[in-house]
Amino acid sequence: MEAEAAKLIGAGIAMSGMIGAGIGVGNIFGNFVAGALRNPSAAASQVGNLFVGAALAEALGILAFVMGILIWIS
Amino acid sequence: MADPLHQFQIQKIVDLPDVTLPGIGPVDLAITNSHVAMTIAFVVVVAFLAIVTGGAKVVPGRLQSVGETLFGMIDNMTDSIIGHDGRKYFPFVFTIFLFILAMNVLGMFLSFTATSQLAITATFALLTFGLVLVVGFARNGLGFFALFWPTGAPLVMRPVVGLIEFFSFMLRPITLMLRLFGNMMGGHIALKVFAGFVATAVIGTAGAAGFFIAPLSLGMTVGLTALEFLVAFLQAFVFAVLTCIYLNDVVNLGHGH
Repeated sequence: MEAEAAKLIGAGIAMSGMIGAGIGVGNIFGNFVAGALRNPSAAASQVGNLFVGAALAEALGILAFVMGILIWIS
Repeated sequence: MADPLHQFQIQKIVDLPDVTLPGIGPVDLAITNSHVAMTIAFVVVVAFLAIVTGGAKVVPGRLQSVGETLFGMIDNMTDSIIGHDGRKYFPFVFTIFLFILAMNVLGMFLSFTATSQLAITATFALLTFGLVLVVGFARNGLGFFALFWPTGAPLVMRPVVGLIEFFSFMLRPITLMLRLFGNMMGGHIALKVFAGFVATAVIGTAGAAGFFIAPLSLGMTVGLTALEFLVAFLQAFVFAVLTCIYLNDVVNLGHGH
């Protein structure tokens, strides 16, 4: 296999770390909606927590994404 | 297809002579597109706030209520997260929020997004991290290190948990920097890739399949643009919230807020 091809495949595989971020963010928003439907009056006060949780989960996916981009352009 | 990374290149607009600083070496002082984007963002923020507060009335008009909503949102946030002392840190959080918001949103209108440069997000992250360190040591002295000595954990576990706490503390500026950078860069690459598909299909490189590719990709570009406006606001908001949370850790150290 050529080195260039291996590099591109590696960059693609590195991006697979974003799968976990997708699952995590989906979980957070799904559980938020589930909780908000049970107790709508408490939902508004938890929106800040929701976005912080989503941002923290997403950060790990972003790490994988940046890795992939670094491999791609290096 | 055009290179989707081309938009992130720094280009010199006005070339100024290099200056050699002692200890640092030659520094390029050229005015680049990054400078211009940041300056526009700065001018927009200052002009917006000047207009909003210029003719302030008791019953706010349309423009004034936009400014009051932004102000009130961050004021509420510092108050609810940091608590009693939140007001003191409001100017820093509000400044950083508005500046990042302006750069993110202007990135959707200009051809260059300042926050998609690692150097710029790293500066913001280091500013925040530095402020957290300074406030932590100024308020608690050496008691600052109690942050890494979790009294809630059993004694045997404390060094281990403390070590993990320490590493997560040191990782904060890195995740803060990469989150903003990655989100802005990723979104803009995706936009340009789909816009590139439209161009490829329209010039006929894709043949007859272009009739299907072009409208699909154009729809995707429109959708992604809407999503990017949301992300532009959300990332500025998240940066402000995390700044508040990190400040809260050191401001209310040991109070179990």
